[in-house]
Amino acid sequence: MSLLKVEALVKRYGGLTATDHFSITIAPGEIHAIIGPNGAGKSTLIGQLSGELQPDEGRILFDDRDITRLSVDKRARLGLARSYQITSVLPGFTALENVMLAVNALRGSRFGCWQPMAAARAIAAPARVLLDQVGLGDRAQVAVADMAHGEHRQLELAMALAGHPTLLLLDEPMAGMSQSESAQMTAQLRALKGSYAMLLVEHDMDAVFALADRITVLVYGRAIACGTPAEIRADAAVRAAYLGDDDTADETMNETTLAAPEEQP
Amino acid sequence: MNVTLFVMQCLNGMQLGVLLFLMAAGLTLVFGIMNFVNLAHGSLYMMGAFVGALVYNTTSSFILGVLAVIPAMLALAFVLEALVFKRLYQRDHLDQVLATFGLILFFNELIRMIWGPSPYYMEVPPALSGTVNLFGIPYPAYRLLIVASGLAVALGCYLLIHRTRIGMLIRAGATHRAMIGALGINIKLLNSLVFGLGAVLAGLAGMLAGPILSVQPGMGEPVLILTMVVIVIGGIGSIRGAFLGALIVGVIDTVGRTLLPAVLRGLFERGTADTAGPALASMLIYILMAVVLALRPQGLFPVRHG
Amino acid sequence: MLTPSPSSPIVHAAAVVPAASRRPTFYTLFVMLLLAGLALVPTYAALSGQAFYVTLFARIVVFAIAAVSLDLILGIGGLVSFGHALYLGLGAYAAGVLAQHGIDNGWVHLGVAIVLCGAVGFVTGFVSLRTTGIAFIMITLAFAQMVYFLAVSLKQYGGDDGLPLAASSRFGNMSLGDPATLYYVAFGFLCLLLLSGSRFVKARFGMTLAGIRMNERRMKALGVPTLQYKLGAYVIAAILCGIAGVLYANLTQFVSPSYMSWTTSGELIMMVVIGGIGTFVGPVVGALAMVLVEEGLKSATEHWMFIMGPLIVLIVLLTRRGLMGVVHSADARRAAKIAAKIAARSKRTESLS
Repeated sequence: MSLLKVEALVKRYGGLTATDHFSITIAPGEIHAIIGPNGAGKSTLIGQLSGELQPDEGRILFDDRDITRLSVDKRARLGLARSYQITSVLPGFTALENVMLAVNALRGSRFGCWQPMAAARAIAAPARVLLDQVGLGDRAQVAVADMAHGEHRQLELAMALAGHPTLLLLDEPMAGMSQSESAQMTAQLRALKGSYAMLLVEHDMDAVFALADRITVLVYGRAIACGTPAEIRADAAVRAAYLGDDDTADETMNETTLAAPEEQP
Repeated sequence: MNVTLFVMQCLNGMQLGVLLFLMAAGLTLVFGIMNFVNLAHGSLYMMGAFVGALVYNTTSSFILGVLAVIPAMLALAFVLEALVFKRLYQRDHLDQVLATFGLILFFNELIRMIWGPSPYYMEVPPALSGTVNLFGIPYPAYRLLIVASGLAVALGCYLLIHRTRIGMLIRAGATHRAMIGALGINIKLLNSLVFGLGAVLAGLAGMLAGPILSVQPGMGEPVLILTMVVIVIGGIGSIRGAFLGALIVGVIDTVGRTLLPAVLRGLFERGTADTAGPALASMLIYILMAVVLALRPQGLFPVRHG
Repeated sequence: MLTPSPSSPIVHAAAVVPAASRRPTFYTLFVMLLLAGLALVPTYAALSGQAFYVTLFARIVVFAIAAVSLDLILGIGGLVSFGHALYLGLGAYAAGVLAQHGIDNGWVHLGVAIVLCGAVGFVTGFVSLRTTGIAFIMITLAFAQMVYFLAVSLKQYGGDDGLPLAASSRFGNMSLGDPATLYYVAFGFLCLLLLSGSRFVKARFGMTLAGIRMNERRMKALGVPTLQYKLGAYVIAAILCGIAGVLYANLTQFVSPSYMSWTTSGELIMMVVIGGIGTFVGPVVGALAMVLVEEGLKSATEHWMFIMGPLIVLIVLLTRRGLMGVVHSADARRAAKIAAKIAARSKRTESLS
């Protein structure tokens, strides 16, 4: 039984095919990473999965339900959460308020007009738990504007987890992070492994090979390989796409970051 | 209502449409490229009308009047940009709305102080005061001139936008605003150019409309709002949308105002029809706008943003 | 981002003033003084024999109600509506038309105004709120103009010239035709609005709405049906402004299409912005300032708009957070001083231990 099933997704922008008959399946609890050079169409793909972009062809099935034409917020309510590559939190609020709003979106009452949200135990308590979970427990009352970049990324994760999603779309969660911050985030995600399915788009190969159950390689909108980390490491097509037919391919593949291909037509 | 009247109203609709296009072309570019809400566009229309009328009435030369509008509007655009707009480009829409709202009040009162509240009379140039025989239908020569010159300007805009390098930059600015800055294009110059072009077009529209609509303080705002409806229907940032939207709005508004009361008179008793007719007719294009928005919120010919 | 994102001064003020400080903030003092002053206007007018103060300040209070209703969607929701005066006009016409037909029951006036504004707000909001930024501004303006033209074409209700109010709204023995009664009713309603507003901003609806203003894309990804929230706020704002319309008709004893003209919408936006957007009290201050300045200018010259126009431009170019910003700055400065004192004290104790 697959949680997410994408069938031959196609997205064109004029003459450019950003997503080229892309298919993928993700099982419940699986961490599936998508890697590929810049310009491969990862953001476009995530956009179509989250609902911000409409594919031209193909289907997206979530829990056996066709969500291809469903709006962003409806998908979120079905259990599809997302974090953003460029930090997208609510700037005018504190960390706690950000998470409370996320919790309220899927659990709270819709139009409460009188009782302060901060006083609602049913919202505040789960929010604090989430903040503790991502390591921001003591930064709850800090305004987002006063937080470091790495803390913003942690907050992103907390907000994505707020609604007890079944699938997390993580768009480069380690973007802009230092080595230690990345290691911390990797540990966090590993702790969540099994409880949530994840579609992880990342450049950080350390994290990808440490976390992923399966990896799909995306080049020019097409999936050129899909398999376990070991299979991907050994795959000839992947090496050809990234590195040309170099003898140094072996060593390069074992390095922490995957370089972008030399040429991009 | 007979065929002659219907055809004449269609032509009148085209004439209104062409005037609206002159207004909409400039405004849609300012909205779409510069992301700038300029509510004072109607004031530019009004200033063009008064400057042109002044020159025409003093020199008795319509051509001179029209020609005088061009440098006058460019000068006005230059001054406005330097004094006010330059500081507003980076501000949010709310500030732009308010500041240009203040400008509307200022310009209306300025005109009122100089020329008084009553219309400033501008007659149709004698050479064009007759009628032209169009397929057996006598149509006022002046209105035909408006249609012809408007279409000429539309063609000119099309050539400019789609066949020149500057036009390419303008189109790029409408779809990839951030990019053209990265390409090293002088954004400020491009913006000033777009704004100046829009001002000239608006001023010309005012001058051409002068003899048939009245030249008076406050004449700009009803036209401005119609122009906004045109842009919303056509799609913000799209010249093609502005052209087609303007024609649609012009024709439907004009024909609707004669057709609708006639249709209602046929269906209902005279009293109701005479009240409901004009009321519905004046609401017609807004209802059209609402319908277009309900079906296609980005307009009929939207610009695809990168 | 096409939509404006004015920062919410209320959130900043709360974060800036430490809870430990037991002295009332400048903000609280200011609000109390303002409301006390407004409450005493009829008394002052009676004592000094200047009855026109009551009508003048009633006008301020009624516009303050309209401006506060606009602040709900403009300040909290970030929705720049340039057609909000539509509902002021609709409320006024509700009272005017009913009075014309011999109905002077105030509850009926109010009820019809509420239902009418709610319905029109729902329909226009549903269509407009699918757009953002410049398009939204233009569409709200266009809808208001549409109804304006409709009112102008209704000759049996005065058309362009307007309609005198045939009968004031009666609530039992009370009639809103009496200036003092109208004043107290309007003022009471305003106070109720300000209180509700301060609760609303911290409640779930208000916080979510503010979140939508800050980052709608994110809120949608969190599962928030953002259109519902925006529409809900829009309808509430429409209804509140409609109530102001009923009051306004009673105040002027007249109903005119000019109540819903775009100039009136522009003035409402002005009041919200110069007072202090997103603060709810700001619009009250803005209404006060604008009406008084207009009255002053009008008595000085008939060409007062020649001065008012550039004045508006200058205010927009030179100020950032309106008059309430001045109050908030005073609070921020004092909070900074207190924080510095606390820091200095803790350093001293550290060096002693």
